[in-house]
Amino acid sequence: MSETQDLSGAAPVAPEGRTLINVRQGMFGGPGGDTSGYGGLKRVIEMPGATERPYGEWFDGVVDVLEELLGERAGEAIQYVVVDRGELTLHVAREHLLEVATHLRDDQDLRFEMCLGVSGVHYPADEGRELHACYPMQSITHNRRLRVEVAVSEDDARIPSITSVYPMNNWHERETYDFFGIVFDGHPALARIAMPDDWVGHPQRKDYPLGGIPIEYKGAEVPSPDTRRQYR
Amino acid sequence: MTPEQTMPQATGPDFDDPNAPEFTAYGGDWSEIADEAARLGQQRVVINMGPQHPSTHGVLRVMLEIEGETVTEARAGIGYLHTGIEKNMEFRTWTQGVTFATRMDYVASMFNEAVFCLGTEKLLGITDDVPEKANVLRVLMMELTRIGSHLVAIGTGGNEMGATTVMTTAFIGREDTFRVIEMLSGLRTNNAYIRPGGVAQDTPEGFVDYVRDMIPLVKQRLDELADIQLKNPIFIGRLKDVAVLDLAPAMSLGVTGPMLRSAGVPYDVRKADPYCGYEDYDFQVPTSTDADAYSRVILRLEECYESLKIVEQCAARLEELEGAPVMVADKKIAWPAQLSLGTDGQGNSPEHIKHIMGDSMEALIHHFKLVTEGFKVPAGQAYVAVENPKGLLGCHVVSDGGTKPWRAHFRDPGFNNLQALSILTQGGQVADVVVAIATIDMVLGGVDR
Repeated sequence: MSETQDLSGAAPVAPEGRTLINVRQGMFGGPGGDTSGYGGLKRVIEMPGATERPYGEWFDGVVDVLEELLGERAGEAIQYVVVDRGELTLHVAREHLLEVATHLRDDQDLRFEMCLGVSGVHYPADEGRELHACYPMQSITHNRRLRVEVAVSEDDARIPSITSVYPMNNWHERETYDFFGIVFDGHPALARIAMPDDWVGHPQRKDYPLGGIPIEYKGAEVPSPDTRRQYR
Repeated sequence: MTPEQTMPQATGPDFDDPNAPEFTAYGGDWSEIADEAARLGQQRVVINMGPQHPSTHGVLRVMLEIEGETVTEARAGIGYLHTGIEKNMEFRTWTQGVTFATRMDYVASMFNEAVFCLGTEKLLGITDDVPEKANVLRVLMMELTRIGSHLVAIGTGGNEMGATTVMTTAFIGREDTFRVIEMLSGLRTNNAYIRPGGVAQDTPEGFVDYVRDMIPLVKQRLDELADIQLKNPIFIGRLKDVAVLDLAPAMSLGVTGPMLRSAGVPYDVRKADPYCGYEDYDFQVPTSTDADAYSRVILRLEECYESLKIVEQCAARLEELEGAPVMVADKKIAWPAQLSLGTDGQGNSPEHIKHIMGDSMEALIHHFKLVTEGFKVPAGQAYVAVENPKGLLGCHVVSDGGTKPWRAHFRDPGFNNLQALSILTQGGQVADVVVAIATIDMVLGGVDR
């Protein structure tokens, strides 16, 4: 949106290449009132962490080519790599996203012709990297799919738009801006897409309530979905 | 929002002219508006098509800037059918999520269920444990839905051009596919039939014969549709070389499905990245290089014939799989109850109720825990894609290790393909906008979610 935005600031780096989802206390995850004797139990819930080489399948080749193309910037551009459930995820620093995307699209050994949109995910516990943007890349030539993931903080939720490389991401970026409040710098018209133009807030953030009212059914009251008991 | 704010707006005017005259048409008053516009000497007319226009396949608003009969600019305004399905799914169990996902693209609901369940299964790591019969039933249901969705695309497309017979013929054919779907799942659409780990229901007695009886009925409707349309001079005049989207713009706009295949790319996820055992079926992926609306109708018709071929193969397999399981063996994931048809409609089977209420306290606890709490899914994320009638339907699911999705995001092909509306319509006639919308074949329930 604004051209003056400085994106050279230090990108938040995940400690040891991990994404913290949640810290759960006690047996049932809720605070206080836990009479099970497990009240002191503390569990850290994390996304699968960084993977060491070899990654397996075609993954090593793709990362090698990308690192070669990025040259000396490879180290800071690709923060870490995760291979989980047969999927390759590249965690990319936002200031290098455009360059990575361009290489992914243009190099003949990569040829990820299509970006299948951008999916935002909100991890409020992942301090300094609360908002993640996941870009699934699809190569029709090589029949491969990988994911590029960019993490930013809530206070500085800005990611360069990749619509100049992948024009198809125009509406997808608008959607993620609408629901998560991630501002895609350089997007041609970053308007809300699903919510009304004057809507306040970004509905798919975790701190945004679902809403709803309690329902009476056969004399009993069923609370609204986000106030029901959680089995986390 | 303050007036001086320079935020881009999706629905507001893109020019700053407070004196621009505004007209609201209610039908029947067109001549007055035309006279007034002529009196003011306005060259540039901006009209809103929709959101409540019968040819927009739901509630789509198209903002058209026209000069005479020529469209100079077209923009799509969406979001009128946004129901927060993705947000809602974060507050329900993985199994309940199916009920929400199925309501996105309600014309092709089976695919929404399938892609979400495939994502859940990938997170659970049970993709290979799904029994063969469940996969055959999934393929059968998806292909029947594909036929239904294509028939709606062709039928409503014909109706919008004034050919009501096309619509009635297509809908009769679609009803035949619905009868099979209803016999299996109890519902015509929004079935919640495909569940994580398998499918909700085994085949009833006489099902395979019922499927075989349906095939010639649908084939007959497809033949009729081809006969009344493809050689018709009006049909050819309205669709040939209209709404052209060549290879380069199609690729740069990420268009998939029949639109991409009409531009010459034989990309079909069923072939490229098979799921549910599609690699074992014999079928073709029809393509064209004409890249116009006419070729897309032909491709959709041809795809229906290919889907019938797959349905035939499914019927043969179901015969061999009589009595095989339709849910994963893992009792910690598999839904405990089977449904059965009672005098007052479909409900839990009496045998299951007898078992949990009369025989086994443990079975009751197990049922209660699984139905209220759901099953835990290990933390992580997965992306899966299926070939929906409109294109590539993707699903990004994230789990925090709990019983509910941390995030479920769907890449609806209609949402992506609708971006091509401007390039399809600008420079063309106003009447061709309707053809362009029909040829994209998006469903706003899926676009807005």
